[in-house]
Amino acid sequence: MIGWAMAAVQCLLFVATAPLFAGWIKRVKCRAQNRAAPSLFQPYRDLTKLLRKGVVLAYDASWIFRATPYVVFTTTVLAAAVVPLIALRLPTSAIADVIVLVGFLGLGRFFLALAGMDIGTAFGGMGSSREMMIGALAEPVLLMTVFTLAMSASTTNLSEAVSFTLHGGLVIRPSFLFALVGLMMVAVAETGRIPIDNPATHLELTMVHEAMILEYSGRYLALLEWASMIKLMVYFVLIANIFAPWGIASTTTPTTLALGVLAIALKLMLLGIVLVLWETVMAKMRLFRVPQYLGFAFLLSLLGMLTHVILESGGH
Amino acid sequence: MGLAQLDLFDQAMLLFAALVLFTSFVMLAQVRIVPLIHAFAWQGALLAVATALVAFVSKHPHLYLSAGLGFGLKALLIPWILHRLAVRLRIHHESESIKHPVLVLLGGAGLVVFSYYVTLPIVQLSELTTRNTIAVSQAVVLLGMLLMISRNKAVAQVIGFMSIENGLFFAAVVATYGMPMVVELGIAFDVLVAVVLFGVFFFQMRESIDSLDVNRLNRLREVDEALSEAEPRQ
Amino acid sequence: MIALWLVLLVPLTGVVVLALIGQQRYAGWLNIGFTGAALAAALALAYGVLEHGPLLSSGKMLHIDAFNVYLVVLTAFVGFTTAIFSRPYMLHEVERRQLSARRMRLYHAMYQGFMFTMYAALTTNNIGILWVAMEGATLATVLLVSLYRTPEAVEAAWKYFILCGVGIAQALFGTILVYFAAARVISSTDEALLWDVLYDSAARLEPTVLTIAFVFLLVGYGTKVGLVPLHNWLPDAHSEGPTPMSAILSGLLLNVALYALVRMKMLVDGSLDSDLAGHLMMAFGFLSFTVAGLFLHRSRDIKRMFSYSSIEHMGLMTFAFGMGGALATFAALLHMTVHSLTKSAIFVTVGHAAQIAGTQSIERIRGLIRTQPVVGWGLLIGTIAIAGFPPFGVFTSEFLVLTATMKAWPWLTVPLLVGLVIAFAGLFRHLQPMVYGEPPAGQVAVRANMLPVMVHLLLVLWLGLAIPVFLSSWFSEATILIAGSAPQ
Repeated sequence: MIGWAMAAVQCLLFVATAPLFAGWIKRVKCRAQNRAAPSLFQPYRDLTKLLRKGVVLAYDASWIFRATPYVVFTTTVLAAAVVPLIALRLPTSAIADVIVLVGFLGLGRFFLALAGMDIGTAFGGMGSSREMMIGALAEPVLLMTVFTLAMSASTTNLSEAVSFTLHGGLVIRPSFLFALVGLMMVAVAETGRIPIDNPATHLELTMVHEAMILEYSGRYLALLEWASMIKLMVYFVLIANIFAPWGIASTTTPTTLALGVLAIALKLMLLGIVLVLWETVMAKMRLFRVPQYLGFAFLLSLLGMLTHVILESGGH
Repeated sequence: MGLAQLDLFDQAMLLFAALVLFTSFVMLAQVRIVPLIHAFAWQGALLAVATALVAFVSKHPHLYLSAGLGFGLKALLIPWILHRLAVRLRIHHESESIKHPVLVLLGGAGLVVFSYYVTLPIVQLSELTTRNTIAVSQAVVLLGMLLMISRNKAVAQVIGFMSIENGLFFAAVVATYGMPMVVELGIAFDVLVAVVLFGVFFFQMRESIDSLDVNRLNRLREVDEALSEAEPRQ
Repeated sequence: MIALWLVLLVPLTGVVVLALIGQQRYAGWLNIGFTGAALAAALALAYGVLEHGPLLSSGKMLHIDAFNVYLVVLTAFVGFTTAIFSRPYMLHEVERRQLSARRMRLYHAMYQGFMFTMYAALTTNNIGILWVAMEGATLATVLLVSLYRTPEAVEAAWKYFILCGVGIAQALFGTILVYFAAARVISSTDEALLWDVLYDSAARLEPTVLTIAFVFLLVGYGTKVGLVPLHNWLPDAHSEGPTPMSAILSGLLLNVALYALVRMKMLVDGSLDSDLAGHLMMAFGFLSFTVAGLFLHRSRDIKRMFSYSSIEHMGLMTFAFGMGGALATFAALLHMTVHSLTKSAIFVTVGHAAQIAGTQSIERIRGLIRTQPVVGWGLLIGTIAIAGFPPFGVFTSEFLVLTATMKAWPWLTVPLLVGLVIAFAGLFRHLQPMVYGEPPAGQVAVRANMLPVMVHLLLVLWLGLAIPVFLSSWFSEATILIAGSAPQ
């Protein structure tokens, strides 16, 4: 019973701190670019403001348009529930399978793309088609990297994979290096960051994610924004905990849990800085360069898998 | 023997081997001349580090010499020569278009799988801790060939050629802890002379066909009668 | 022993001396002198081996047995006669093509450099050094192929460089694999690349590794032999380089590459129970033989035509070596000799013919026999010899190859015969008008030195009529070495 409670707490914590992580990234980015930074809690304020506002619906909006924010939010929260944040071996870890995770995210994306086209505006359709193109290229990469890890750990269960790296000691795995870089590239693409998309602008010609949710307002918009923050965090927690699981709690004693919270906070802060640096040095890509970018990411994940087979599985 | 049972230095060696393979792919994808030369230099440097690690792990001190030789030649001297040539020929800002970049890269991945299967029987016979990297060295050789096939610029082809040599050098290091010193020196000498000759060739090509595009070298063939009629020899 | 070192040192000195003063008018004489000295050393060496048997130098650096000593002599001889031809020919070329003094210096130094790599490849006991020398041969000749700096010459040289470079890289991989297999069974790793050590312990080498190694070695050295489909560099390099270069490339380099391949086959045969290596060589050899025969018909350039003929004959030799057995091996050794002699003689003649006509295009070379009978006759007899007419030596060796095929692979005899006829037809359809046609107005004779041609052709004729005892016993010894049994 305590396990289920823990799982629920972890999931709530995940959902609740996602805007904080987004705020952290925004703040670091402002600092890096010598701008006055908003408060860390600015995303919360934005969300509450949006939640209080009324919804303006297009005349042509169907039930899909109205259902989508809930579907997207739910699937993202479910995805978040699957990813081990501060503790391993919770009751939810039985379903904490990477394929399930990818499935949840894919379902959310599917509805978002449908909603983009539902109203029938030009921007929505354009955003949807771009999003699906990126998704179609990014998902194989995601799966490949995850499978590379799964081959090392002999499981697709996230919780077990994390505990495999945690208890394996310091082992230099070439395949993990490739998988890490590949996964980071995909994370950047999937969460709509530079150089694939820019979450901060509404430029007609370049926007992808923003184009799809252009017609949303009020609480619908709040849910979608929140979902995308959670998604960002899902990816970074995944990266942090798979490749550097140290600090995560394997038992549910208060000290280990506190340590787990501290560890993940530190890791996310660091990763946020890395992301900001990346976004600062990169320029936004033209859309038709995106396949090349993701192709390179795919190559990395493929190399990860190949090096695993060739270099790490000796002793036939 | 799984990876986790290996010494940390062995693991580091494998990591560098993987990075060497990665630089081969970087070269395949890189279309601009100067970054291509840099990628080649990186490959040489990584190769030297991997060799030094092998020397350390296997306690073969003569491999330190090979590593030093490799570093001096492949990471410093040859890239420097190529870079200078590129500047002198004023092609250092040029880039070329590859016809199907993604296909080339995927083909490269296919070659890696192929070399894995080719070298499998050899790997199974070996007792060295470095044995798994034999496939990597073979892959570097094949990727160098792919680089030569997919490019038209003479400089890129030369880099592919040199990268093949890198792969062979690596093969010798990981399969047998290096060749006897006489042979290794001989090979190094051959490579050095080859680079100098390639340099001479760039100028000859420039002089005779006014380009470094290998596709323009298409005069010699059996059947093209119109050409031989239009441009009689001498 | 001294003779052995001299064979290597003389051309090495030649490189240095000619690199310094190769631009002088008398450099041609010096070139002859150095090759002549090397020939004398080679003969002395051969005499020593004939008297005292195989040699292994101290430190096991060099190794001479019946197989390579005769190739050393052949190499030295063809190198010498080609040098004699090269002197007046290159003087003529200097005037005609405005070759600078620097290029002549390069030419002479690299001629000696090439001879050195050939001797090194033949005499070394270390299969790693063998590879280094083979690569060195490419490096030494590649600038000579582009000596004239025409777009065609540069193209040919580039192709030669890239194809041979990449090809021979495969051979290095094969060599590494052999070393890998050897290091497992030979305690001293420094000796694991030495030919005599490897040969003695061939039976203990791991067959799977050697099989893979041989595939790489075949591709690598096969590129240098000019086996189809890796032959593309060969006609180009032969047709665009200076003619003495074509003569020694065809007469020597191809032989030495085949020598390397056969050495490797001996190792693999010792390790494997099957004839896999031989069958692979047979397949590639036969393919080259057929394809080159067909290409003879399409050639429009006289030097290209004869280089295709070289591919054809190298294919036949590879086929015969691959077939194995005493008779076929004996035939292949004989064919190596007669082909080298005949082909270098032909290239020398062709060089003069091209100077007479001022072009290498077959269509523009006409009426040689009227303008300069000695060149016309030389070309005619040379072609008759290379096409395998009796009473020349090529006929004898081809006949032996056919006999061996009849015994071992009867159904292959017919395609072989057809191939020979096709090649014969291809040569003669082009030859007839070149020799007998109407000479264009104003065509004049050139200063030609036909002595090497006559000597070569006479030797081939001699070998066709009767193989001298010392030579046949030599071939028999080499055959025993390669095939394991003596020919009947």
